[in-house]
Amino acid sequence: MRILLNNREVDFEEEIMSVSEMLDIKKFTFRMRIIKINGILVPKDAYETTIIRNGDNVQMLYLMSGG
Amino acid sequence: MKIQNIRDHLRNFRVGIAGAGGLGSNCAVALARTGIGTLVIADYDVVEEGNLSRQYYFLNQIGLLKTEALKDNISLINKDVRVISHNLLISPGNIPEIFRECDVIVEAFDRKEMKEMLIETVQNKMPGLPVVVASGLAGWGNCESIRCRKIDETLYVCGDETTEVSDDMPPLAPRVGVVANLQADTVLEILMKKEH
Repeated sequence: MRILLNNREVDFEEEIMSVSEMLDIKKFTFRMRIIKINGILVPKDAYETTIIRNGDNVQMLYLMSGG
Repeated sequence: MKIQNIRDHLRNFRVGIAGAGGLGSNCAVALARTGIGTLVIADYDVVEEGNLSRQYYFLNQIGLLKTEALKDNISLINKDVRVISHNLLISPGNIPEIFRECDVIVEAFDRKEMKEMLIETVQNKMPGLPVVVASGLAGWGNCESIRCRKIDETLYVCGDETTEVSDDMPPLAPRVGVVANLQADTVLEILMKKEH
């Protein structure tokens, strides 16, 4: 499938995947982040159960401490 | 647009500032100088000497509540700005009440867990309300990596999204000020497009 990840088209071999699986595949697991899919924020405790489908618009931002 | 027209427009809006540390104090001052009508500032902390390396406070304010000290400082800059201060710990339960009727919220916390909590709460409980987040401002140099990224109409992130504060990478006035002022400028961009 092909998704829009932070405004860039990215291809995956999977037909369907959870948010957790996408983070594992892309090795995005080490930082704290906010994820929105098609404009809807995905709570952290729903990463296992939220499904990403072909054509989805996935937005991610990284949260770093400091202020 | 002339400065008076800009001020006449901005007077109608209310901006929430979640946290009054390095980001919040500098961002609030920039917004006050520009002429925002009302600032809602929430923090539970008191001014400490170490804060003066980057936060908009003064030596004679050490020990004062940050919200009160910042209100005083803003009143010395622009007496037309109304400041509503909340001396408390911000939590999912009180965010909707503290920031009700705000047109934009500035996320100005230090810890990323608090940043996450504010974003999740506002996005879930206050749909449509824009949040301007700060992420990535530690250390010095490489200021050109700091930018504002618009996720969508309700979420903006200012910073480099890479550097994190630690003992070896402290928050310092220049980069903290760049991000705080970028957040203030992003608030202006949002409000200048908005009808009142």
